[in-house]
Amino acid sequence: MRNEPTIAIAALAGIFAALTATTVQGREASSSPPRVQWSFSGPLGKYDPGQLQRGFKIYKEVCSGCHSLNLVAIRTLADPGGPAFSTAQVATLASEYGIKDIDGSGEPIERAGRPGDRFPSPFSNETAARAANGGVAPPDMSTLAKARSYPRGFPWFLLDMITQYQEHGPDYIAALLTGYADAPAGFEAPPGRYYNRYFPGNTIGMAPPLHPGQVTYDDDAPPTLEQYSKDIAAFLMWTAEPHLVERKRIGLQVIVFLIVLMGLLYLTKRRVWAAVQNQLPLQPPARRAQ
Amino acid sequence: MNDTGTSVPRDIDTGLADAFQPRQPALLWLEKRLPIGRLMHAEFVAYPTPRNLNYWWTFGAILSLMLGIQIVTGIILAMHYTPHVDHAFNSVEEIMRDVNYGWLLRYVHANGASMFFFAVYVHMFRSVYYGSYKEPRELVWILGLVVYLLMVITGFLGYVLVWGQMSYWAATVITNLFSAVPIVGESIVTWLWGGYAVGNPTLQRFFSLHYLLPFMIVGVSVLHVWAVHVAGQNNPAGIELRPRQDYVAFTPYATIKDLFGTAVFLIFFAWFVFYIPNYLGHSDNYIPANPAVTPAEIVPEWYFLPFYAILRSVPNKLLGVIALFASICVLAFLPWLDTSRVRSARYRPLFAKFFWLFVIACIGLGWLGAKPPEGIYVTLSRILTSYYFAFFLIVMPILGFFETTRPLPKSISDPVPGAGE
Repeated sequence: MRNEPTIAIAALAGIFAALTATTVQGREASSSPPRVQWSFSGPLGKYDPGQLQRGFKIYKEVCSGCHSLNLVAIRTLADPGGPAFSTAQVATLASEYGIKDIDGSGEPIERAGRPGDRFPSPFSNETAARAANGGVAPPDMSTLAKARSYPRGFPWFLLDMITQYQEHGPDYIAALLTGYADAPAGFEAPPGRYYNRYFPGNTIGMAPPLHPGQVTYDDDAPPTLEQYSKDIAAFLMWTAEPHLVERKRIGLQVIVFLIVLMGLLYLTKRRVWAAVQNQLPLQPPARRAQ
Repeated sequence: MNDTGTSVPRDIDTGLADAFQPRQPALLWLEKRLPIGRLMHAEFVAYPTPRNLNYWWTFGAILSLMLGIQIVTGIILAMHYTPHVDHAFNSVEEIMRDVNYGWLLRYVHANGASMFFFAVYVHMFRSVYYGSYKEPRELVWILGLVVYLLMVITGFLGYVLVWGQMSYWAATVITNLFSAVPIVGESIVTWLWGGYAVGNPTLQRFFSLHYLLPFMIVGVSVLHVWAVHVAGQNNPAGIELRPRQDYVAFTPYATIKDLFGTAVFLIFFAWFVFYIPNYLGHSDNYIPANPAVTPAEIVPEWYFLPFYAILRSVPNKLLGVIALFASICVLAFLPWLDTSRVRSARYRPLFAKFFWLFVIACIGLGWLGAKPPEGIYVTLSRILTSYYFAFFLIVMPILGFFETTRPLPKSISDPVPGAGE
């Protein structure tokens, strides 16, 4: 089982012995997702608008049949750093949705969507969502890419701090969507559940949602399961973290500023302390006669 | 103010800085009525600070800054946050999505809490290493401990406000600790919750208290700084200083050093905020709180993990809770548990070894706090918990009597050839 990396801790002063980790509590062994090269990883990461548009298409044509996206406003599709739809495209997209509302006399109506609306849910309430899906409501996808992760184990979780690996969620989602397979011999998936290499416990309630050729791309990206999985995972990272590009851009400015500030403060500190280091009489630089 | 030999030598003209002589008419007017300028000048400009302080001493300034950052970002976040079980999670997400720079405020506040705890742990370990809690600074230490306790409560309350899965279940687990109290335990828990389960009254009172406690932290921090300004700062050598030549003026010397240290710390802080803002959090807290679904693992924030490991290392619930509270309460007795007359571990070679073992034990307990309480992890937790208490209750009292300490220098400039007088 190479699914959990070996955990070793420093055996200082005989307190610690090298240990091998087993599995996370309450979960059966499931494979670690392979790392995907994301355009939005690292300090200069940016979303790929083409990929987000493809991912949106998959959401719209496949995922949104069962999953809500309650926290995301349609207008944000045109926000900077995102899928880069034009405002005209967003207005058209919005108008294709039917939004439940009330009219002037208080009667329930369904009107055409507007950019300020949030994406409508596929089910009118959570009970309906549960009833239609074998007793478990499909999770809302707004924060899904940040709400999913997998254990990295020692020492990788420490190195992730330095390498800025933060894409556990999209890696997991992309792996999950390609992770459906026939159950290995001796493994019986309960009725209504499907074997998946990456899902904790290995049986998932969601039927394989994506198939090659299912969604027609407008660009020349290949209509393969792998491509679909990456594109929808990237789109879900955007829905979970719509200001990622802005955050990383400002972060670089802040850190460059702080490094310069630190350098200047260090030089000032050396100058101020020169008298102390040289054991000169300790007087403030601008001491007036009293 | 200087009635013992150990206080800061303020009655002597240390020649460190100008006397406070305002010329500006408005300042003169104010000074006659409320001498706040003189106070600030005496405490933060002319205040004599040991010249041999190292960078571990800059964490006091860093902590003041962190408290300020948490309060400012927190007040703004509270303008947009809704403390209601149906809206709390979504209001946090609205801050992240729709409030101008809301993502920045929220990530600074969430990671700021971690940075605050990181800095306070460095500050506390520094105190232990250099014996800063010893006579005459016992009250400085105890007031600092009160600040830390308030930080623990505030940090926990704040984590619950997000109202994600881990928030909800952390609130459930931690409040349930009180059910271990004999006879009245269940009543205490119901009283804490304001109901028969963690619910809306719980969330609203947690929000109220999360807003209140930081201002109590400010109050106790002022007392903490006041106390250290009366007793004077300890120093890496841990010895008494000579009135004139061993001090420098707080401004510019300590000020510029603190500013540099703070800038380095801010780079570390910014790395987390801008590049790995969710590294220190748990992914389950991006799932809205759901009382019907228990997460696969319930783990506290990293800064509580050592205490969580201590709690779980005891098989009996009540005794576990007692061990948890004892692990913090024991710190209050540190000034009297440590029997050594030598302050700094620099001159206590054996204590230094036990100290680093203690640091490793704390980190180890932190690691074990994130592991399931089974098999080897439980055994290791028990060993490290035993050492945690043994360090305070056995090593510290006994070592003072048996340890051969290194000879103390006559003055802090002694080790520098030709520099002494």
